[in-house]
Amino acid sequence: MTAPTSSPPQVLPARASVAVKALQLSNWLSRALGRGSGTVAGGRVGLALDPALLATLANGRRVALVSGTNGKTTTTRMLVAALSDEGGQPIASNDTGANMPAGHVAAMVESFGSPTAVLEVDEGYLGRVIEDTHPRVVVLLNLSRDQLDRISEVRMLAERWRAAMDGLRSPSGRTGPGTVVVANADDPMVAWAALAAPEVRWVGAGQVWHNDAVGCPACGGRIVFGDQGSWACDGCDFARPPCDAWIEGSVLVTADGSRHSLAIGLPGQFNRANAAMVAVAAPCMTDDGAPGGPGPRLSLPAVLDRIATLDQVQGRFASSMRNGHPVRLLLAKNPAGWVAIFDLLDESRPPDSPVVLSINARIADGLDTSWLWDVPFDRLAGRSVTATGDRRLDLAVRLHYAEVPCKVVPDPLAAVDRAIDMGSRGGVDSVPGADGGIDFLGNYTAFADFRKRI
Amino acid sequence: MSNPGADSSLTIAVVYPDLLGTYGDGGNGLVLARRASWRGVGVRLVQANSGRPLPTADIYCIGGGEDGPGITAAKALRAEGTLQRAADNGAVVLGVCAGFQLLGHSFPDSADRSHAGLELLDVTTHKGTGRRAVGDLVAVPTPSAPRRAADQPLPPLIGFENHSGVTTVGPEARPVAQVVTGVGNGGGDGTEGAWSGRVFGTYLHGPVLARNTSLADLLLGWALSTSDGPVALEPLDDTDELALRGERMAAVERSGRSRVVRWFRGLRP
Ligand SMILES: [Zn+2]
Repeated sequence: MTAPTSSPPQVLPARASVAVKALQLSNWLSRALGRGSGTVAGGRVGLALDPALLATLANGRRVALVSGTNGKTTTTRMLVAALSDEGGQPIASNDTGANMPAGHVAAMVESFGSPTAVLEVDEGYLGRVIEDTHPRVVVLLNLSRDQLDRISEVRMLAERWRAAMDGLRSPSGRTGPGTVVVANADDPMVAWAALAAPEVRWVGAGQVWHNDAVGCPACGGRIVFGDQGSWACDGCDFARPPCDAWIEGSVLVTADGSRHSLAIGLPGQFNRANAAMVAVAAPCMTDDGAPGGPGPRLSLPAVLDRIATLDQVQGRFASSMRNGHPVRLLLAKNPAGWVAIFDLLDESRPPDSPVVLSINARIADGLDTSWLWDVPFDRLAGRSVTATGDRRLDLAVRLHYAEVPCKVVPDPLAAVDRAIDMGSRGGVDSVPGADGGIDFLGNYTAFADFRKRI
Repeated sequence: MSNPGADSSLTIAVVYPDLLGTYGDGGNGLVLARRASWRGVGVRLVQANSGRPLPTADIYCIGGGEDGPGITAAKALRAEGTLQRAADNGAVVLGVCAGFQLLGHSFPDSADRSHAGLELLDVTTHKGTGRRAVGDLVAVPTPSAPRRAADQPLPPLIGFENHSGVTTVGPEARPVAQVVTGVGNGGGDGTEGAWSGRVFGTYLHGPVLARNTSLADLLLGWALSTSDGPVALEPLDDTDELALRGERMAAVERSGRSRVVRWFRGLRP
C-alpha cells in the first residue's frame, strides 16, 4: 500500500490544504491498519485542523442535503442516481452513511473535482451543515421518535430545523441562487419547520406514523388527521400546505395534473415516497433559479427513469443466498421504520412467510429498548418468528405480550438457518416466501453485523 | 381471599398515548391487560387519546412524554377532573417519568418554569442542574414499599431512565425503592419513585411492568381486590421475563454504572 498521491487543487487556502492532506493521510493509515474505511476518522482530523473545512470544500459546488428520521440513505442514493449523468463527473456523496460533518468533509475530498455534492445529513446537524454548504436544495423527509437516549425529542428537532430554515432567509456572506426546500407536507413536524423557509416545494409523500405529531408545535392544540391525508390543528390555522406534487397509490401527481408511475426497483410505499421527493428535488438541482432563465435541465419523468433501476442501497432490500435460499435484508431503526417494513412484508410476502428479527442496543442503535413497545409486532401473527441479536430477550418479552410465538436463537446466522428450515417444512410448496426467500429484519448495528457475516 | 371470577372485568386506560406515549410506556397497559386476561379476567384496554373525555377505568397508566405535550396533558386532566375523582374512588394510577411528575404538586418544563400537577401524590419536581439522567436504573424496594402480601416484598426494580427532573417526596407519600445503579428521584437521598394508597410513580421505562412483573401483579391485585380483601392471582409462566431480568442485571454489573463499582474505581484514579 502506498501513501495517497492526489493533491488538492491550488485554490485551497493553506490551512484547508494542510487539513485535507492530514485527512487523506489519516484515511490511508486507517485503511492500512485495517480499522475500517476511515472516512469518519479522516474527516475528524481534517475538521480539527480547519473548522472551516466543510465550508471551504463546499464553496463553488452545487450541494443537495437530505435529512429526516427515516429514508435518508436511500433518498440520497436515489438523488445521486438521478443527477449522475449531469456533467459526466462523479458526485460527491457520503454513501456509507457517515452523515455528520466529518463524513461530509471526507466525501468532498474523495470526489475532489466534482461540481456536485449530495449529502445525507444527521437531523441534529442540519442547521450547521446548511450554514457551511449553502445548499441549492434541502430535502426534508420526516421526523419521528428515534433513539431518545441519544437524539433530541421530536419537537426539539423540529424547532432546530425551523431555525435553520429561517436562517435561509438571510444567508451570511454568500451570493448566487437561494435554497429550495423540498418538504414532505404529510408530516406536520416537517411542515412546521419548512414553513419558515423562503422557498418550498411541498410534496404529499405520505406518512404512516402520526404518533409524534399530535400536539401542535405552533399552539399546543391538537392536530387532527383526515382521511385523504389532510391534517389541521384544531386550535390555530396550522394545516397541511397545498402541494406541488403528491402520491396517489403508486402514482405521482403534479399540480398541473400530470401523472407519473412510481414503478421503481426498490420495494415498499416508503421507497415510492422517497422517489417522489427525489423526483421533485432533482430538477431543482439543475435549475439556476434565474428569473426568466431556462428552468430545470432535468425533467421529472427523466428522474423517475434514472432511479427505476436502483434495486438495493448499502445492502438494504437486497437478497443474499444462504443454503440455496434467498435471504432479504431489511433495516428498520425506529417504530415508524418498522411499520413501513411490516407494510412491505404484507405487500411482498405470503402471510406465513418466516422472518428473523435482530435487535441490538449499542450506542448507534440507542441504548434504550423501550421503543420495541411502540412497534405493532402483533402484525407478525401467523409468521414463523425467530428472535436474535444482543437484545433478543427484550424482543422475546415484547413478542410474548403481542401473543406472537417466537424462538430465541442467540446467533443471527443460526437464527436464519432455523428460519429457512421452518419455511422449508411449513409451506405448501415446501418453500418459504413467494420466491423461496425469507426476510431478515434488523435495527442499525444488527443489520450491519449480519450483512458482513452473510 | 377470593378468586377473580369469570364475570369480573377490568378496564385499563392508557392516558393520552398521543401526548404521553413517547417512551414506550403504553406497553404497561398491554402488560396489565394480558396478565389479567391470561388469568381469565375480562379486560378492556382503552387507548384514551386526548381531546375527548377520559373514560372511567379501574387502572390508569400515564407514560412519559415531551415537555410541551406533558403540559397540555396536565392542563386537560386538571380541567376535566375524571382522573382525580377515579383515584379518590380507589382506581389504581401508575405514572412513569413525566407521568410520575404530573401526579405531584408541580413539575417543570425545559426552562424550569413550574406547572401545576394533579395533586394525587405528595411529590414536587424541579429541573435538575446536573446532566440528564440516562441509563439503566436498578433500585431495591425499601421496607416502606408496597407489597402484594406481608411475606411478598417486591424484588429489585429494573428499567431505563431518561429525565432531568429532581423529585422530592413529601410526608404524605413514601419512596418506593433505594437506587443501586442510576439516579432515580435525584434529590440526593438515593430514592426512586413514590407511592401512596393506590397511586404509584416511578422513573423506570422499559416498560417498567414488562421488566418487573411482580409490580404488574401488585397493581392488578390492587385493582381486583374486593371488600373481602385482596385476591389471589395465580402465577404465570414468566420464563421470558426472568431471563431478561437476569440478562439486564448482569449487563448493569458489567457496565460499571453501579455505585459500588464507581466507588471502587474512585479509589484507584
Ligand atoms: Zn395549533
